[in-house]
Amino acid sequence: MTLPEGNPEINAPRAVAPAEVVFEGPVDQPIVSPVFDEVTRQRTKEIIARYPQSRSALLPLLHLVQSVEGHVSQDGIRYCADALELSTAEVSAVATFYTMYKRTPCGEHLVSVCTNTLCAALGGDAIFERLSEKLGVGHEETAGEPGATGSVTIEKAECLAACDFAPMLQVNYEFYDNQTVESAEALVDALQRGEKPAPTRGAALTDFRTVELELAGIFPDLPASVAGPSRAAETLRGVELAAERGWEAPATPDEMPAFPALQEKK
Amino acid sequence: MSGTPVTETPAGADPLVPVLTRNWGAENSWTMAGYEEAGGYQPLRHALTAHPDQLITLVKDSGLRGRGGAGFPTGMKWSFIPQGPTGAGAKPKYLVINADEGEPGTCKDIPTMMADPHSLVEGCIITSYAIRANFCAIYIRGEALHCIRRVRNAVEEAYAKGYLGKDILGKGFDLDIVVHAGAGAYICGEETALLDSLEGRRGQPRLKPPFPATSGLYASPTVVNNVETIASVPFIVAGGSDWFRSMGTEKSPGPKIYSLSGHVEKPGQYEAPLGVTLRTLLEMAGGMKDGIPLKFWTPGGSSTPMFTAEHLDVPLDFEGAAGAGSMLGTTAVQIFNETVSVPWAVMKWTEFYKHESCGKCTPCREGTYWLVQILERMVHGEGTEADIDTMVDICDNILGRSFCALGDGATSPITSAIKYFRQEFLDLIAAQPAVARPEQLADLTGASA
Repeated sequence: MTLPEGNPEINAPRAVAPAEVVFEGPVDQPIVSPVFDEVTRQRTKEIIARYPQSRSALLPLLHLVQSVEGHVSQDGIRYCADALELSTAEVSAVATFYTMYKRTPCGEHLVSVCTNTLCAALGGDAIFERLSEKLGVGHEETAGEPGATGSVTIEKAECLAACDFAPMLQVNYEFYDNQTVESAEALVDALQRGEKPAPTRGAALTDFRTVELELAGIFPDLPASVAGPSRAAETLRGVELAAERGWEAPATPDEMPAFPALQEKK
Repeated sequence: MSGTPVTETPAGADPLVPVLTRNWGAENSWTMAGYEEAGGYQPLRHALTAHPDQLITLVKDSGLRGRGGAGFPTGMKWSFIPQGPTGAGAKPKYLVINADEGEPGTCKDIPTMMADPHSLVEGCIITSYAIRANFCAIYIRGEALHCIRRVRNAVEEAYAKGYLGKDILGKGFDLDIVVHAGAGAYICGEETALLDSLEGRRGQPRLKPPFPATSGLYASPTVVNNVETIASVPFIVAGGSDWFRSMGTEKSPGPKIYSLSGHVEKPGQYEAPLGVTLRTLLEMAGGMKDGIPLKFWTPGGSSTPMFTAEHLDVPLDFEGAAGAGSMLGTTAVQIFNETVSVPWAVMKWTEFYKHESCGKCTPCREGTYWLVQILERMVHGEGTEADIDTMVDICDNILGRSFCALGDGATSPITSAIKYFRQEFLDLIAAQPAVARPEQLADLTGASA
């Protein structure tokens, strides 16, 4: 057995530094897309200032980005990352987690049909199928040029917490209660014609981008939108039945009762 | 707990007791003017004369239990917040309102926030004072946009009146409230996922302990309470604990909003004393729609094991529902008649849990995925008898093996459906029909209509 000459260090292949990779320098354009204008930047500051820690503003900022772009684009992700000093990976992770952040451009209107069990059993599945067939698009797809007047994105939604109004749907998160296949079809027809039928409960219908601004916590006209109707027979069923039958809660004392004695700390 | 515990409504309480819902019928119930006309913000004035600890004792004495599903005693939760000049007590404290209503069937907080946002806001101010919080966030589900407007408007009106901001009513107490919109994730209704979401992260649950009471929002002591819980607080201050206990049962006192939905003549919101039965509720709601008999129902959302017509007289309070093998949950009473196929309904619910599983824990993420595969195959006519045991086995491997209750909830519809309707699963498997819509299962389910 012959041993090689020398020692392991000497016999090792000569260490060669990897070829230097030249990364391109900063692109000669603003890091943030010009679609996010001065007004948006001011709103961004306003939103961040509401929270004890800036990162809490990320969900509202993603809504703000959607109000500008109609979806969350790579530019939008970069914008949020810059505003909050996060990495784009951190923002992407959040943007892709939540259903309401759309990764492709949304229509003028977003129609969300509840297809959870109870609504589905009462006709929600049939409503979605009919709309899908009529518009020739599926879940999270848009009929028409996204953003153009009369363009409609449809989606199957999970329980929208209006089960006493089943089957129901939302347009831009306003409630359209007690739907049928026919009423839903007529509603979408009207949307496509550029009309804005009033919701059962909610503010006068606007468009997807406007409501996204409200979700960011910026209300262009709160006194008007807040006054949209909310009273409905279903909501008041118990109250009205109680009045009819003379039922009421036990009377409260005339004067608010004294508080329990302060206990000594042990 | 075995058998049905004795739960009686104290003599004197009517079948319906509108407390939270009392003012909902007024045209301007949601405005400051409407709320103050009905006596609103008087409890706040009274509460601010008390020592914070007295308020905690009051709520403990009232027996108020969390209305978000778990039924944890509210006063006890508040008392866990460390107080004092050193250690955890020296950190800022936070109040976070869970208004991320999304449990299938649950629709009580949305009408509350639309019709009466000020009782929530007043409750937040009193609660924050009690736990010594100077910042409160109301986390409202994004899809509930109109509630966001109503609550935001109420908060602005409260600032204008001096009920929020610096030195509230000259008592030296400061409080800011932020109305925060979610972005569409059922999991954020879980309190620790909600906190992560509020911190600007993916809404994924945290391992407990530490509990939010010591390490919640921004790792500081935090109380997370449901809308209905906190909206009850001003009424307890105004009426006292004895008054509150004159409704409901010994261990589950107070009024509760029961949300009836599905195949009933008059679905809607009925505020009754805790412990009411479905038989009473159904009578009030005009009975089953078109007279088609009841087949199954959930006492408190899809995550609570289903009940059948056998359970019409189960008292719907925390003890009664648990004693009969389910949970009170959110008192979201979803009612299904004989035309609805149980395997189909379970498939739909399971698709929901699969979609909403956050993916953090393997048993829930993978388990819900495979359960959907089995159920879809079965409903589309290719099930086998072994599928039933496989599903039970998968459920056994999910239950109690994930961070939060979403996985547990996903198993409830399946295990309870197999418990009460095993034969229907077997019949479906034997018949091998290719069906997509519930009505087409009429032959199998024996519907009479």
